[in-house]
Amino acid sequence: MPARLERTNDFVVLFANVNGSGSASANRLFGRAMIRMGVPVGSRNIFPSNIQGLPTWYEVRVSEAGHLGRRGGVDLMVAMNPQTWDNDVKSIDSGGYLFYDSSKPLPPSKFRDDINVVGMPLTEICNKQYSDPRQRQLFKNIMYVGALSQLLDIEPEVIEKLIGELYQGKEKLLAPNVEAFHIGRDYARKHLNGAIGLKLRRCDRVGNKILIEGNAAAALGAVYAGATVAAWYPITPSSSMAEAFQRYCQRYRVDQDGTHRFAIIQAEDELAAIGIVIGAAWNGVRAFTATAGPGISLMQEFIGLAHFAEIPAVIFDVQRGGPSTGMPTRTQQSDILSCAYASHGDTRHVLLFPAEPGECFEFAAKAFDLADRLQTPIFVMSDLDIGMNEWLVEPLAWDDKRKYDRGKVMTFEDLEAGKDFGRYLDVDGDGIPYRTLPGTHPTKGSFFTRGTSRDRYARYSEEGPVYVDNMERLLKKFDTAKSLLPAPVRRNAREATRFGAIYYGSTTTAMDEAIGMLEVNGIHLDTLRVRAYPFVDEIIDFIRAHERIFLVEQNRDAQLKTLLLDTGRVDANKIVSVLHYDGTPVTAHFIVSGISRRMQEIMPVPLRRVAS
Amino acid sequence: MTYIVKPKLHHPKLPHNKLGFTHRDYEGKVSTLCAGCGHDSISAALIQACFELDLPPHRIAKLSGIGCSSKTPDYFLGQSHGFNSVHGRMPSVMTGANLANRDLIYLGVSGDGDSASIGLGQFAHCLRRGVNMVYIVENNGVYGLTKGQFSATADKGSKSKRGASNQDSPIDLVGMAFLMGASFVARSFSGDKKQLVELIKAAIAHRGAAFIDCISPCVAFNNHPGSTKSFDYVREHNEAVNSLEFMEAKQEIKADYAPGTSALVRQHDGTFLNLKKLAADYDPTDRNGALAFLQRHQAAGEIVTGLLFVEPEPEDMVARLNVTKTPLNRLGEAELCPGSAILEKINAELR
Ligand SMILES: Cc1ncc(C[n+]2csc(CCOP(=O)(O)OP(=O)(O)O)c2C)c(N)n1
Ligand code: SF4
Ligand SMILES: [Mg+2]
Repeated sequence: MPARLERTNDFVVLFANVNGSGSASANRLFGRAMIRMGVPVGSRNIFPSNIQGLPTWYEVRVSEAGHLGRRGGVDLMVAMNPQTWDNDVKSIDSGGYLFYDSSKPLPPSKFRDDINVVGMPLTEICNKQYSDPRQRQLFKNIMYVGALSQLLDIEPEVIEKLIGELYQGKEKLLAPNVEAFHIGRDYARKHLNGAIGLKLRRCDRVGNKILIEGNAAAALGAVYAGATVAAWYPITPSSSMAEAFQRYCQRYRVDQDGTHRFAIIQAEDELAAIGIVIGAAWNGVRAFTATAGPGISLMQEFIGLAHFAEIPAVIFDVQRGGPSTGMPTRTQQSDILSCAYASHGDTRHVLLFPAEPGECFEFAAKAFDLADRLQTPIFVMSDLDIGMNEWLVEPLAWDDKRKYDRGKVMTFEDLEAGKDFGRYLDVDGDGIPYRTLPGTHPTKGSFFTRGTSRDRYARYSEEGPVYVDNMERLLKKFDTAKSLLPAPVRRNAREATRFGAIYYGSTTTAMDEAIGMLEVNGIHLDTLRVRAYPFVDEIIDFIRAHERIFLVEQNRDAQLKTLLLDTGRVDANKIVSVLHYDGTPVTAHFIVSGISRRMQEIMPVPLRRVAS
Repeated sequence: MTYIVKPKLHHPKLPHNKLGFTHRDYEGKVSTLCAGCGHDSISAALIQACFELDLPPHRIAKLSGIGCSSKTPDYFLGQSHGFNSVHGRMPSVMTGANLANRDLIYLGVSGDGDSASIGLGQFAHCLRRGVNMVYIVENNGVYGLTKGQFSATADKGSKSKRGASNQDSPIDLVGMAFLMGASFVARSFSGDKKQLVELIKAAIAHRGAAFIDCISPCVAFNNHPGSTKSFDYVREHNEAVNSLEFMEAKQEIKADYAPGTSALVRQHDGTFLNLKKLAADYDPTDRNGALAFLQRHQAAGEIVTGLLFVEPEPEDMVARLNVTKTPLNRLGEAELCPGSAILEKINAELR
């Protein structure tokens, strides 16, 4: 008899399905039910670049402690895809469970001795029950949810209620779904009772949290920040942000007479998308585009124009696996350098690194203030993991007293009062000049915007000193940016330590769990979560104050490390990279083993003694 | 020198328009183009048209790409905001600007390299979206600024200054504009200021995507024998289909037009286009017929000029998108932010 994992409110379930088989909504139901029982759940869709037929996975991380990143490993595999069977079975933790469709007998070689196998003849039951092939497929999904709910002690009323919400207004579908759900439950009660040692227990750890995708949250942030023009070209994993913006605008920005307080253009390509954003922002609105790596590549020339001509623009880069088309439906943090240095010449740009949908909302709104204040492109560096998965996060919040920071814009009154207007004149010593909007004043304040070198009054100039003067001011402006950006988040280890870890973005949840695991193993790390570029002194000081820094990133080339070294204020030998880049979201286990192994190399002596 | 200051010599007798502005008030910086460049004549026509239309210069936005032609917005309408963007991408910047403020007049200036070569895609898409603008291509068949390479509008068989012959088929921007749904299409010649000024005035009054292909010889690189965009060649082959008189209100039509040879087109904004027909069988409100006529005559080597197509009741981009009448750039927190109460409701839906 294999060992049996016995766990309550702390395990990982992985559903292996075929894309387009209707499994997604059933799997979502499963995760949602747990949340309704007050148990925090992190769920992730791992899907192919395909509409139908290729393998897809849905991972449900159950954690009463609230660790909603990926842990690593699988405690219960729901293996519904013959194509990926072998690897799926292999990935189960020893003592874990394999739930499968036992309608067709499989040879013993297809199983493992150290796992618990739970077979249910799903196809057989469905074929008996239904004659329509589509129904057979769809109800099979809800049926396994029924069986699992029985085996894992998920309250059936909760699922029934969710099914009711799902099919609200489509009553014809409601009854058969509930029926299929109960067929699954009844079968499991009769034939599989007690087969699985993983259990749900109602608790109260969800509170008033919400479930939202990062892209939807970012879109809401744009709505709340007063963005009115959006231009985009469809690309995974960013499209759902533009679509969500459209949806929310349709709800909250349509006047009584049906006219729109927004304009969305699905452009002919990403060059046009960023061009539209720049034209709109030049003319005084808040505008954005949402894209992914290939789009960023296409936008390069325009980004340089916005930087040099000093035009606000907000760019959401929902990162995916690169280079080239790379892994279009997988996640990475691999556009850090191409965004930080986007375009030719000496350019550098402000980047924000949201860690979860709540920050997508917050940073989206912030990005528009920053773009207007700094008159430059601002990148919000989300990724597929955050953007396209539903995360359980704190409710979104907005302060009604908050005013948009539209930055330094000279008005008709300012010009009328005789204020000296030089478009590139650094009046306040912060490197940020004033701008005027087209149409402001009949005789004052007009200027010619260009990507060519110009003097402080926007007059064309090829003189060296004039050019240098402008480039130096742009540097000063970049320095000013530091004082406006979200500060890094520091956490001190429970014991004093000479070691630190730095991370950012979607690595955060897995990192939080990993730090706890490392602590148990006697490895104590102070941590710093970087939330923006350019880097503030606190980040540099953190690195200087530690002997070694583990820098965890989801790319191959340690891109954030490169940016840190580029400050010229960091010792390269201090930084030890832990890099995850296979396209799946990083796991706590990966981080723990990565840091532990390197720690061994650095300090072959037992750590407990070293640290004390 | 960084900046050439233009002497502000206002002759007291200079004529003033209804706004009290003189011609000078519509000028810009001193041109840095080659003496005799066709583009400077187009700038002069633009100045003349805006002056005659009594337009407040600051309510006009000038946008361009990159090239000698695209530099010209610096040389007219000095009181207007201008935007010299990137090569071939002016149309998208124009589109965005237009969305942000539907109340300004938008003038797009581009070259044949800018619009037919690198920017053909954006050229086509901004016309099909119906951006309310005047889009002028200062068409010389070459890249002036990079010293005379063929552009995509160079005719097959046309000779470069160095003697090379272009073997590729030309892109006819007028034909493209017809196919992309531009609601105002014209062709003119920088050497025919009278025709050009009237066309620009009509195009500005037009509330939709107005396109003018203006042949504008490059004296430095494409004005030699063997070129089909030289002053001499264009003068010889210019076939105007009509002669336009732009009218802000209905006026008595001049008596020298024989019956049946003139037409009066009322534009959406109440202005009138008085068209004297020069080609009897040309109807500029018939998109298909006009296109067929153009193709026939172009095949015969004629450069057909005049008002080639006009849709008297055009529909523009912001109307199609149902954008609110108040320019978007005048909306603030009150109009745009749904507020915390709504956010609380959204949160509730997400539990
Ligand atoms: C991306 C890019 N590629 C190339 C150039 C170089 N370039 C500048 S102007 C120009 C051609 C301009 O031709 P056209 O639009 O016909 O203008 P003209 O000078 O003839 O008026 C080129 C190729 C550039 N500015 N940007
Ligand atoms: S090179 Fe040609 S297009 Fe450019 S300014 Fe001289 S004449 Fe004009
Ligand atoms: Mg040219």
